[in-house]
Amino acid sequence: MLDKKLTFKHGVHPREFKSLSDHCSIERMPFVEEYTLPLSQHIGAPSKAIVVKGQQVKRGQKIADAGGFISVALHSPVDGTVSDIDIFPHPNGKVLPAIKIKCDPFSPQIRESSPIDFEQMDTKSFISSIQDAGIVGLGGAAFPAHVKFKIPEDKKCRYIMLNGCECEPFLTADHRVMVEHAKEVIDGIGILNRFVGAEKAYIGIEANKPDAIEILAEEAKKSDFPVEVVPLKVKYPQGAEKMMITAILGKEVPSGKLPLDLGVLVSNVGTIACLSDYYRKGKPLTERVVTVTGTAIKRPGNVLVPIGTPMRDVIELCGGITQDAVRILLGGPMMGVVQKSIDTPVVKGTSGILVLTNNEVKDLDQYSCIRCSRCVDACPIFLNPSMMGLLAKKGLWDEMMDYNVMDCFECASCSFVCPSNIPLVQSFRVAKGMLREKWAREKEMEENA
Amino acid sequence: MTNEIIIALVIITGLGLLFGVILAVSYKKLKVYEDPRLDTVEEMLPNTNCGACGVPGCRAFAEKLIANELVPSGCTVSSPEGIENIAEFLGVDAGEANKRVARLLCAGGKNEAHNLANYKGGIGTCRGEAVVTGGSKDCSWGCLGLGDCAVSCDFDALFMNSNGLPEVIPEKCTACSDCVDACPKELFVLMPVEQKLIVQCRSLLEGDLAESKCSVACTACARCVADAEEGVIEIKNNLAVINYNHNDLATPLATMRCPTNAIVWLEGEAQFEKPREKTLALGGVETNMSSGEKIIVTERS
Repeated sequence: MLDKKLTFKHGVHPREFKSLSDHCSIERMPFVEEYTLPLSQHIGAPSKAIVVKGQQVKRGQKIADAGGFISVALHSPVDGTVSDIDIFPHPNGKVLPAIKIKCDPFSPQIRESSPIDFEQMDTKSFISSIQDAGIVGLGGAAFPAHVKFKIPEDKKCRYIMLNGCECEPFLTADHRVMVEHAKEVIDGIGILNRFVGAEKAYIGIEANKPDAIEILAEEAKKSDFPVEVVPLKVKYPQGAEKMMITAILGKEVPSGKLPLDLGVLVSNVGTIACLSDYYRKGKPLTERVVTVTGTAIKRPGNVLVPIGTPMRDVIELCGGITQDAVRILLGGPMMGVVQKSIDTPVVKGTSGILVLTNNEVKDLDQYSCIRCSRCVDACPIFLNPSMMGLLAKKGLWDEMMDYNVMDCFECASCSFVCPSNIPLVQSFRVAKGMLREKWAREKEMEENA
Repeated sequence: MTNEIIIALVIITGLGLLFGVILAVSYKKLKVYEDPRLDTVEEMLPNTNCGACGVPGCRAFAEKLIANELVPSGCTVSSPEGIENIAEFLGVDAGEANKRVARLLCAGGKNEAHNLANYKGGIGTCRGEAVVTGGSKDCSWGCLGLGDCAVSCDFDALFMNSNGLPEVIPEKCTACSDCVDACPKELFVLMPVEQKLIVQCRSLLEGDLAESKCSVACTACARCVADAEEGVIEIKNNLAVINYNHNDLATPLATMRCPTNAIVWLEGEAQFEKPREKTLALGGVETNMSSGEKIIVTERS
């Protein structure tokens, strides 16, 4: 054990609130009447439906194919009938194509599946089998896992790094996965390593999860592949992949480069546990652990939710919300997305459902920037949020490029520390959107010309 | 001592003369011919550099005019007299003036559209609201009403009305497309003014579902399709779509039986009227065909 915990420079220390749900073991969500499965639950091209309205589907049956390389398949979470294929509200606020499946109330819901023999597979079929299993990064961004695991020929993966930091306040889903599914996590590393050929694996865990560190370290000893569990200092955003690499290896991922350029493959612990589930039990990604928490939830907990379950039912399972609930977020309080409705389904990227009361959500007045530079001291990637905030206010998006706004990964540390309550990260999000839109327009014009 | 002063003076004067000669020679040798009309034409243009003509800036437009690549009426900002003057000055045809204006494809203001949440704090712009799960309105396509378009308009042709919707003043609108780019919901389109029949809704939801979110949503009931000449309107993805190739066949008749007033006929001053603001309170609005004036039906249905 190291005396001084590894970490990165800068960052913030929000209150954790993890004790609300970190002791609650994962409970299974009972089946509900109807499931809505949006075809775009991941980053990249939407999946293509391969079922028709009225068709009978089995639990774990593939209902949509990947719509391209950066895309994954989709599977039915229950035995039932496809009741509709149309546009339905998506948690991102848009109304997008989705498959609705009506659960068969008389079905025993037994998954008929067998282990998949990966020993004989070559890397190419391994990659396509992950795509077929519908596995995406479960940390929140839902980036297709197979794209990450495909190591380009000119690069080499030296270290596999598992992200078990879960630095967002409130969230405890990864924590519970590590405690209850430590075996699967370590097994998943072994499976992945067969195909990427790394030297060593690290599991980065924040020091506020001593039980997870202990159990995983115990389990890691049994593995024949060198796995090191690294306790990290409790600091936000320790769980950002670039921050974790800096903490563990002491190297910085350069701007615009990927972790793989340093020979590191970073993945969420839940994603790796999924790999083990798929190859050992033949279970595709049809359910995930969601933390349902917040001061306005009557009975916070960690729930294993079938993908596509309406959020309303998940909240009801946890006792519903109290009278003074004012804000619903998907994900943690720092990076989570505020929701306007709970009639949207849980998707693959939903790591938590957080409901807050007036005590946490304060409508504060905004003041001018007093140039105290607290945001500069907080930014984990050494940007200048203060200056970018001023530029964003004036809509000078191109000038923000000089301050590397595109490197910002929206951890919200700057907004968190700002004494003037300036919505810094919000304006960077807008700026990034505007710049991307502008580039797309310019590209289109070039193509037309 | 005096020597040094003289030397310095000689060197400086010599250098001055040398550079003077170089400048004089290069002025002659490297002179670029510029059409003398260019400055005049540029002065005659409005010099707003709005880009509505599709050329970056008024000077670039003037260059294209002189090169006879574009016609003066391509400038949508100039008055007709101004365009005539330029045409006369250059001795070219003014070209067909095709006045276009920006139109908002949403009519769901505060009184009509259902709100699910309050957008508070934050940056207070439509763009900022749109990144938070698409804004607080129940309808994912609707206008957010924070006025990014009105801020972007350089000609004061857009203002936010009391119903929380932007209104375009057609006389001032130059079709520069700034509002089109500013709207995160892509609700503005540039249309020729002759196109009077428009569907002010973009919701792709099914009839009742769309109407439950906004009282002026297009429910795709297809009454307008039946009432209009064949081929003018069709239903695509739960939305009435007007085929403007048949614009000459379009009549106000198509709007008469619309149950939600999603399809409207803009005529003269009528486009400033918002009779549908009252629909929620009064039960319904019917249009008298012959005179175009509105008769309000008071009883609730």
